[in-house]
Amino acid sequence: MATDNETKNFAALDEVMSWRTQSALARVVGKQSFWVFIAAVIACIALSLATDSFSSSQNLFNVTRNFAFVAIVALGMTIVIISGGIDLSVGSTLCLSAMVLAILMNAGHPLWFSAPLAVGAALTVGLINGLLIAYLRIPPFVVTLGMLSLARSAAMVLSNNKMVFQFGPDEQLLFWLGGGSSWGIAHPVIALVLLALMTGAILRWTRWGTHVFAIGSNERAADLTGINVRRLKVSVYMCSAFFAGVAGVLEAGWLGGVTTNLGQSLELSVIAASVIGGANLMGGAGTVFGSVVGAALIEVIRNSLILLGISTFWQGAFVGSFIILAVAFDRIRSLRDESR
Amino acid sequence: MSVLRLEGISKHFGAIQALEGVSLSLAAGEILGLMGDNGAGKSTLVKIIAGNYRPSDGRIHIDGEEKDFHRPIEARQSGIEIVYQDLALCDNLTAATNVFLGRELTRSLGPFRIMDYGAMNEVSARLFKELKSETRPKDLVRDMSGGQRQAVAIARTRLAKARIVLMDEPTAAISVRQVAEVLNLIRELRRQQIAVILISHRMPDVFAVADRITVLRRGRKVADKPTTETSPEEITGLITGAIDMA
Repeated sequence: MATDNETKNFAALDEVMSWRTQSALARVVGKQSFWVFIAAVIACIALSLATDSFSSSQNLFNVTRNFAFVAIVALGMTIVIISGGIDLSVGSTLCLSAMVLAILMNAGHPLWFSAPLAVGAALTVGLINGLLIAYLRIPPFVVTLGMLSLARSAAMVLSNNKMVFQFGPDEQLLFWLGGGSSWGIAHPVIALVLLALMTGAILRWTRWGTHVFAIGSNERAADLTGINVRRLKVSVYMCSAFFAGVAGVLEAGWLGGVTTNLGQSLELSVIAASVIGGANLMGGAGTVFGSVVGAALIEVIRNSLILLGISTFWQGAFVGSFIILAVAFDRIRSLRDESR
Repeated sequence: MSVLRLEGISKHFGAIQALEGVSLSLAAGEILGLMGDNGAGKSTLVKIIAGNYRPSDGRIHIDGEEKDFHRPIEARQSGIEIVYQDLALCDNLTAATNVFLGRELTRSLGPFRIMDYGAMNEVSARLFKELKSETRPKDLVRDMSGGQRQAVAIARTRLAKARIVLMDEPTAAISVRQVAEVLNLIRELRRQQIAVILISHRMPDVFAVADRITVLRRGRKVADKPTTETSPEEITGLITGAIDMA
């Protein structure tokens, strides 16, 4: 056997090295996010043909703005899911951030002062989540389930469970930030595009991003290579909280008022968006593009039911079926790969 | 001169004596087969060399210099690398990224440091070529054969410029054809003057590549012979205790 190898032609080995087993096309087509994207495009085309109102610029403006909040939070969730965790506290974190912002601005503080503190409050939630998960090794599901309750309760205590709808001297600026638009595009959508590009670049091009994928796939291996797994996990949950905090600030500006039920059960839509977009709850897989498309698809389904005059009670059935369908497709494909 | 020399290594966990006065030495470019039944002390010995445990008694010399490892990272800095049985690879990353995991090459892009995939693929390709393994740097580890995965794990040790490589059951869970591939990888390491300790239950594999065979039984070294001067029958007898000592 040894001589076999020694006589191997080196030029041939060089040639083999430069290949990649899967072609670029095969890799794109093999991705769940690609098929979800196709589904979303088909749904949009079908709706434009079936209704007059879907493709109107006002409706498209609304659809994109509506899904922007879910998609922004889904960016952070995708990172958490890739790392092999889950964050159920994002809805409450969003609410806490919006409430901190509202209370500070209501007290007359400017936006530039209040917004960083609001995001800071969210980051604190993420820090606590991360420390408990990384250092005490409490399962992320449990920690963030507790935090879901805790953070919302904190928002209630801070506001005495009152609605805040006056934002002091910077009120117009806040409304412009969250509810305004530039070049015909709603500001939350612009924020989403910028944050998505940033997140995508970080995951693809930084050591941090590579390490997030590594711990999601094989935490022990990552640890053995000397990666500081604990610190990495803390940063991952802070990242998720950061996106929830930013979304909270924008949503406060869009709604023009903050109540303590803001972002209630948001975590479910966000996780759905990530999972539909190809994030694997077992960790190690997920894409920014996928989760944004997943969020878009959920909103398109919701919007289409309204436009087609179907009872909104059906919304859950459609979204739920899509979650299962998207994962089932992926599962069937991997079963086929295994049997190959 | 020997790259690794152990002198009278003992280790006890409470009342349990896992190792008792084990001495051995290893030269550059030498492959040592470490054999023994389950519980004979093989993994304890490996963990002591790798810095996971501190010996209760005895001394470790690397290149003639006495070392006292408190943590695995210290052993690694002295040029000791381990290839784990399950290889400790990340399936969802490419071969090159796995080789460089934890010590990625970066280049600057404006104010940022970004991953230098080009350089990592290039260096990995060179390492795989040195190992004469048909492994493609850009392939995902998920899509690789057992032999290729071993090549990735071994390439990691080459990148670290390891001089002593500890391999824990590298041929335990792979097909016959891949075993041949892995044994060739081990021979490549020898050719590059790396000392290898091969822990294995598989007699034919050890006899195929090892220069010397050491047998542990109940924490004691019962044999240390050149492969050419022993036989599978004798080693089996030593492992089971049918032969007391050689």
